[in-house]
Amino acid sequence: MNPVPEYDPLSFGETALRLRTYRQQILGSNLANADTPGFRAKDVNFAAALREQLEGQGYSGRVPLAVTSTGHMPSSTFRPGMPTQLFRTSMQPSMDGNTVDLDIERAHFAENVTKTEAQMRFLAGAFRGRITAMTPDGR
Amino acid sequence: MSLISSLHVASTALHAQSLRLNTVASNLANADSTVDTNGQPYKGKQVVFRTIPMEDQGADGVEVMSISDSTAPARRVYEPNHPKADIQGFVTYSNVNPVEEMVNMISASRSYQMNLEAMNSARELMQRSLDILGT
Repeated sequence: MNPVPEYDPLSFGETALRLRTYRQQILGSNLANADTPGFRAKDVNFAAALREQLEGQGYSGRVPLAVTSTGHMPSSTFRPGMPTQLFRTSMQPSMDGNTVDLDIERAHFAENVTKTEAQMRFLAGAFRGRITAMTPDGR
Repeated sequence: MSLISSLHVASTALHAQSLRLNTVASNLANADSTVDTNGQPYKGKQVVFRTIPMEDQGADGVEVMSISDSTAPARRVYEPNHPKADIQGFVTYSNVNPVEEMVNMISASRSYQMNLEAMNSARELMQRSLDILGT
């Protein structure tokens, strides 16, 4: 049995890119809040999120709490369609409670930019392959 | 679209950090001011940052919540001939510590640069995404 399930490259590429840009936004928020007191650095578990999204599960089982009064707190970790944000474990939190470690964040940021770009090329390749298949004489 | 909100997040940070740079500039410029606009010795200004949620889920921007006066003790110098000297001959200058302000300035300008880089990355990725269907 093939341990890696086969996915349609187009829907795989779309899902992966959506999660990559979502993660990009979270990492960008970490950088933006590098000097905000009490801000805690966030991230997502990309591999788990991608699997959950591709298999079309993970979020259907969870039910958000209803907010019927101004005093109610929303179940903030529940974001339909988007992976749960996790807090990064901090090696050296600052005195003001901020847990953004710039070296770590920048490394993750660069990694995510590169992988997003790679994913875009894969997707472009998938489209090119289809276009070639549709072109007569293989032009 | 997440990449556009990445741009927005970076721009809130650029705005907040440039305001911080502005306060540093005011503090350094007024480090020797004995009289501010209220007639008192100048008080150093400090920005307070706060996280703000953006329209898109998961994006957190930053804003300057308030600009408050530093509570550090003012610098008093014995200069009996100074027009602002008190009865004992002491002149009260601002409470700005130039060394702290320089550190603050470097920190703000590094954060500004970093968010500019983040903005550039988001811009490049958006540019790339336009090429997905191109040749």
